[in-house]
Amino acid sequence: MSKVKYILGHFADPDEMLHGIDKLQQNNIPVYDVFTPMPIHGIEDKLGVKRSRLPIAAFCFGATGTLTAFAMIYYMMVHDWPMNIGGKPAFAIPDFVPIMFELTVLFGAFGMVGTFFYKNHLFPGRAPRVMDLRATHDRFIIAIDAQEIKDAKKVEGLLKEAGAVEVLHNERKYVSYE
Amino acid sequence: MSSHHESIIREPLITGENITYAKVTEDVLVPVENKANKAWWIGFTIAALGALMWVVAVSYTFWTGIGAWGLNKTVGWAWDITGFVWWVGIGHAGTLISAVLLLFRQNWRNSINRSAEAMTIFAVICAATYVISHMGRPWLAYWPLPLPNQFGSLWVNFNSPLVWDVFAISTYFSVSLVFWYTGLLPDIATIRDRATGLRRKVYSILSFGWNGSVKTWQRFEAVSLILAGVSTPLVLSVHTIVSFDFATSVIPGWHTTIFPPYFVAGAIFSGFAMVQTLLLIARKVMNFENYITMFHIESMNKIIIVTGSIVGVAYLTELFIAWYSGAEYEQYAFLNRVSGPYWWAYWSMMTCNVISPQLFWFKKIRTSIAASWILSIVVNIGMWFERFVIIVTSLHRDYLPSSWVMFYPSWVDVAVFVGSIGLFFTLFLLFLRFLPAIAMAEVKLLVKTSSEQSKKALIKAGKVDKEHAKFYVESLDKYDSVNQADYAKI
Repeated sequence: MSKVKYILGHFADPDEMLHGIDKLQQNNIPVYDVFTPMPIHGIEDKLGVKRSRLPIAAFCFGATGTLTAFAMIYYMMVHDWPMNIGGKPAFAIPDFVPIMFELTVLFGAFGMVGTFFYKNHLFPGRAPRVMDLRATHDRFIIAIDAQEIKDAKKVEGLLKEAGAVEVLHNERKYVSYE
Repeated sequence: MSSHHESIIREPLITGENITYAKVTEDVLVPVENKANKAWWIGFTIAALGALMWVVAVSYTFWTGIGAWGLNKTVGWAWDITGFVWWVGIGHAGTLISAVLLLFRQNWRNSINRSAEAMTIFAVICAATYVISHMGRPWLAYWPLPLPNQFGSLWVNFNSPLVWDVFAISTYFSVSLVFWYTGLLPDIATIRDRATGLRRKVYSILSFGWNGSVKTWQRFEAVSLILAGVSTPLVLSVHTIVSFDFATSVIPGWHTTIFPPYFVAGAIFSGFAMVQTLLLIARKVMNFENYITMFHIESMNKIIIVTGSIVGVAYLTELFIAWYSGAEYEQYAFLNRVSGPYWWAYWSMMTCNVISPQLFWFKKIRTSIAASWILSIVVNIGMWFERFVIIVTSLHRDYLPSSWVMFYPSWVDVAVFVGSIGLFFTLFLLFLRFLPAIAMAEVKLLVKTSSEQSKKALIKAGKVDKEHAKFYVESLDKYDSVNQADYAKI
């Protein structure tokens, strides 16, 4: 058993990388993850990554904002201290609308982004778990868990065949730690 | 997706030879990864001195109260609110570019959205400082918030547009900031992975540990799209509510229903003008000619001409409605604007905002960098006058002719305004120095589809219709960053 933990296929071109994923999958080689410097559409489908449910979260947070605003204004303007302003009704719904809208956006945006950060473990100061430093620069990288495959040579061959410019056999998972 | 080629007759969004993914990173990060050049230091010094003047003037205002300004009994709002509305208006282009143009799939936004969003945030900061300082007692600035208090609790009046404005501006600022920073994460990660030592540690903290995995990007895209979706109505609502500050009052000249769309168009107009002012210089100084091309400049000029015309129509509508209303006071307010003692402000506004942008109908002017830059400054001046006209000329002759006065700014008024420009440029120059001014990840998306290089390769390979290729090569004529001679050979 070699000490290699992960095999990384470096591609210089996103289409060749997509081709590489196809090749691996045709040969029943599981892809651990893919790291790219820009969003590449089509990887999710190939890897069977489910559609993000963040839009649902955003809707729920937004609706919470609407209700919070309405409840707050209703409590303050109608229930707690109704003010007589020229004899007009205290429960003036049209005047509630602007702030209900603003809080919908505020809660929706912050709730959604907060959920995104939480689910992806993004927060200031988190040690970056980067498998290759060029993945944020100019390389499209397919990572394969070396423990899950039998023939590392074959994987390297497949990646090279698909157009990989470099194949690394890393003994450490993350290169970003010192 | 990335192998999809767009139609050849579309102008390229990235020009230059040998544009690769690596080159995009390296070109964009030149100012971030190297020592600042002389131009930056000169600009920064001047801007910082301006910011210092702002600190002095605002501190003086806080110390003595707003009696330091030129306000009087009749004109209770003047340069402060003019400055506030001017800055908030400028702050509209960033979110417009990043949100509305994203929803409309305008790919040319990719290389200008980052700096436009930064500009938005800094402009809103400048605007917010006016709001705080015009309150007179800034330490009571929390009073417009609905907090439990010792008066009963007597809550804030939610029927008031001024309270709506507190919510609108603070939501706008914080959502824009989140939108901008989320977009920055992948690019900060790029800097982090190329840096060493302390720089790496700092950018590592700022990058939130971004690694560019499939799931991260997928969620990132979902977040961007929804933020764009909610920011679009948000950006429209903010200036609408700013216009309510005026429109719901009963001052002749302010009490008009046309204000919301008129203010929003004016905001987009001035925002794009400010983007032009900043980017035309940035592209030159930072060698971004290949990313911010003539196509971008021309597109922004087209938006300026559209919104400028909307603003022009609004001015004329206002005049017509004032006459048509038959209301004497309304009629007088407008007659006073056009021909009263502030006629020069009105006609400066008309010239700068309505007449001069019409020059952009000429292709020569629209695609000239010098002309675009000068006209963008003219528009900024015009939009300042617009707010001055609306605010000061409507107030200075009020209900009793015995209290009619003129407004004269004090040195503090001038110093706060000029200083706020200094503050704005200080923040913007720091941004250019420490963060990538172009969204690298988004520009990389265009390399294979919309770059001049890829289109040239298609023509070379003979894969496109000859007529189309000819049309395309002719459209490149306006670019200052393309060598037309290369195409003669093909």
